[in-house]
Amino acid sequence: MDSKFQGQDQTLLQQGHSGFAADWSSDQRVFKGVSWGKAMMWILLLSDTFVFACFLAAYMTARSSTTVDWPNASEVFALHIGGHNFPLLLIAIMTFVLISSSGTMAMAVSSAYRKARVPTALLLLATAGLGAAFVGMQAFEWTKLISEGVRPWGNPWGAEQFGASFFMITGFHGTHVSIGVIFLAIMARKVWRGDFDGGERSWLSRGNGDYEGVEIMGLYWHFVDLVWVFIFAFFYLW
Amino acid sequence: MVDRGSDDRMQLPPREVEDVMPPHAHSWIGKYVFSQDAKYIAIQYSGTAVAIGLVALVLSWLMRLQLGFPGTFDFITAEAYYQFVTMHGMIMVIYLLTAIFLGGFGNYLIPLMVGARDMVFPFVNMLSYWVYLLAVLVLVASFFVPGGPTGAGWTLYPPQAVLSGTPGGAQSGIILMLVSLILFIIGFTMGGLNYAVTVLQARTRGMTMMRLPLTIWGIFTATVMALLAFPALFVACVMMLFDRLLGTSFFMPTLVELGEKLSYGGGSPIAFQHLFWFFGHPEVYIVALPAFGIVSDLIAVHARKNVFGYRMMVWAIVIIGALSFIVWAHHMYVSGMHPWFGFFFATTTLIIAIPTAIKVYNWVLTLWKGDIHLTIPMLFALGFIVTFVNGGLTGLFLGNVVVDVPLSDTMFVVAHFHMVMGVAPIMVIFGAIYHWYPKMTGRMLNEAMGQIHFWVTFIGAYAVFFPMHYVGLVGVPRRYFEIGEPEFLTAPVDGLNAFISAAALIVGAVQVLFLFNIFWSLRHGRKAGGNPWRAASLEWHTPDTPPKHGNWDELPNVYRWAYDYSVPGAPEDYLAQNDSWVPDGEERRL
Repeated sequence: MDSKFQGQDQTLLQQGHSGFAADWSSDQRVFKGVSWGKAMMWILLLSDTFVFACFLAAYMTARSSTTVDWPNASEVFALHIGGHNFPLLLIAIMTFVLISSSGTMAMAVSSAYRKARVPTALLLLATAGLGAAFVGMQAFEWTKLISEGVRPWGNPWGAEQFGASFFMITGFHGTHVSIGVIFLAIMARKVWRGDFDGGERSWLSRGNGDYEGVEIMGLYWHFVDLVWVFIFAFFYLW
Repeated sequence: MVDRGSDDRMQLPPREVEDVMPPHAHSWIGKYVFSQDAKYIAIQYSGTAVAIGLVALVLSWLMRLQLGFPGTFDFITAEAYYQFVTMHGMIMVIYLLTAIFLGGFGNYLIPLMVGARDMVFPFVNMLSYWVYLLAVLVLVASFFVPGGPTGAGWTLYPPQAVLSGTPGGAQSGIILMLVSLILFIIGFTMGGLNYAVTVLQARTRGMTMMRLPLTIWGIFTATVMALLAFPALFVACVMMLFDRLLGTSFFMPTLVELGEKLSYGGGSPIAFQHLFWFFGHPEVYIVALPAFGIVSDLIAVHARKNVFGYRMMVWAIVIIGALSFIVWAHHMYVSGMHPWFGFFFATTTLIIAIPTAIKVYNWVLTLWKGDIHLTIPMLFALGFIVTFVNGGLTGLFLGNVVVDVPLSDTMFVVAHFHMVMGVAPIMVIFGAIYHWYPKMTGRMLNEAMGQIHFWVTFIGAYAVFFPMHYVGLVGVPRRYFEIGEPEFLTAPVDGLNAFISAAALIVGAVQVLFLFNIFWSLRHGRKAGGNPWRAASLEWHTPDTPPKHGNWDELPNVYRWAYDYSVPGAPEDYLAQNDSWVPDGEERRL
């Protein structure tokens, strides 16, 4: 018969399809061993996926229905260094930084599983630092484009929807990253202070001695990172 | 006794979630103003929704005065008329119906019906209401700014919505409208996360998904749909706000206004329509599914019979919810979209008729040979069924491309959607208020006033919307301030229009009686006791009426579904969900 194993909180679980059916037809919880906070984050991210999907779909519609040529992304987003144009150089660095931050976040979550207080806090701080670096480079990119004449209502090279879509989509994503950086910093401080090591229930921690807040933070951060991959592909590489 | 609900009794599994008491408020403000108790939040949501709904009601009166007696009322200008149309539609669909079904009934019923102490995140739930209130205030503010509220129609189609020819287009009306919608979506998302997680993760022992009352299935599915559909409206609002404020051209093509070429160019107005209706069609079912669920429960309780085909009803709700995401462009047959799309969307639209028909048959079969008590909630439930069938049938006309094209933008469309998503869900809201008012206050609503309220509303609504179909068929376009007597009308409609307006005024006026009843019965209503309808679902079996903070002393254990009515051999003609009764001679299967 089905193999059974114990979930994180000693709930008996079944594996495979029958386990899926059993979970959905059981009482109390559909997602066994998933806390309320984690379930909420997953559902929020599902909803947010639709927000970004709509933004990207709207951008693609604008791009394919505009009457003027779309600016050449690899030229617009090139860095001029030492007499050479490096297409997409800054974006490549930004992408590298953001994906690296997902790596440190994953390590933070792994440390959080082991309840290693100091490494978790430091890795969260590193993630926040990388995120802040990303936002900083984005600010640099915006400044550069604005100084070259890109505006939401027009630009020197072609369809005016280019600037509008660019500022709207990267701005919305950048806002997500910024919110993430703020919460990463808060989370790092809470971990450092030992808020997750049990004791009292407080903001963002259940007070039952686990580091789940870090894992939920990780869900958000990986999502923001994943969304960037799509923005990178559809906006910069297309 | 072999019914499905009660024969699969099993041993109650151990408690998986720690039973935590939600935080108690100590101050008066914390208890009644910034309350984190879902029941108070529900009442705050409902009260605000009804208050703004009254504004929409008055607006509909003003519109009908103009249409019924054109030229009589000087203060109704063409601009004002369009503002009335727009605000009436937007308020009714978003700020009244969505808010009251999910924020009102969702908040009140979900924790009680699934056997939870409160929503899972009471603080976020409280924020949800206050952001909603802010959205309503921004909306109300637009009535008082120069130029007034937007008059772009509730669909806010660009480019006209942001141009100076439309009321509020070049002033702040449209801006406040968009900001208000964005706030509403943020507020709803906070509440919606609560509703979804509470249903999925915070049920009491023994309460499986397939034992949930259909009310919860309706509200839950609608919540999930709203969480996935509102993003499209959010994006559309943000983009239009940029078009209006920053001069972007997402939705704005090259335009000439008053002989001058505007700075816009190259945008796609159709893109807005796609985004809007990707939200807009699910929105119809976001309003309808909670109504479907609630009406199933009303019928079962007041006909003393289990719901026919419970599983079918659940799957019909889920399938309708899923299908409603791939039918949106049936609102756009005349938009200039590619005809092949029309073919696809007509097909998916007509497929929705199948699960919907299943639901209607099951309601009728639940009534069949039931012990029908013609209480006020039952009257409204019956009123809902006929009205919904009516509106659904005209939906078949409008879902077909070739039939829709001549009917599009006539009063026939107005009659259709008022029947199916205006009158029908509002019937359910009334029925639900009469049904759950005793739980919320401990007193019954006055029966005589209820009878007058029902019959005037029901007959009146038909007097308004039945002739409107005909008015549309003879060719009267919708959203016309004054039509006169153009040659294309195949019959005169002046008399009918005056009749409709008179009926609308009467139907509106009787709602005042209903409101009076609500306040009057608070003090003078007959004492209800804990379970006046002898209903089986969990919310009627709280230790206190109205339920106290935390709902239960000890969390209830659930042994059966919510529809054990008239079970042979049972001590009463209903068995509560937390009643562990077993027939004589049968062992409790452990």
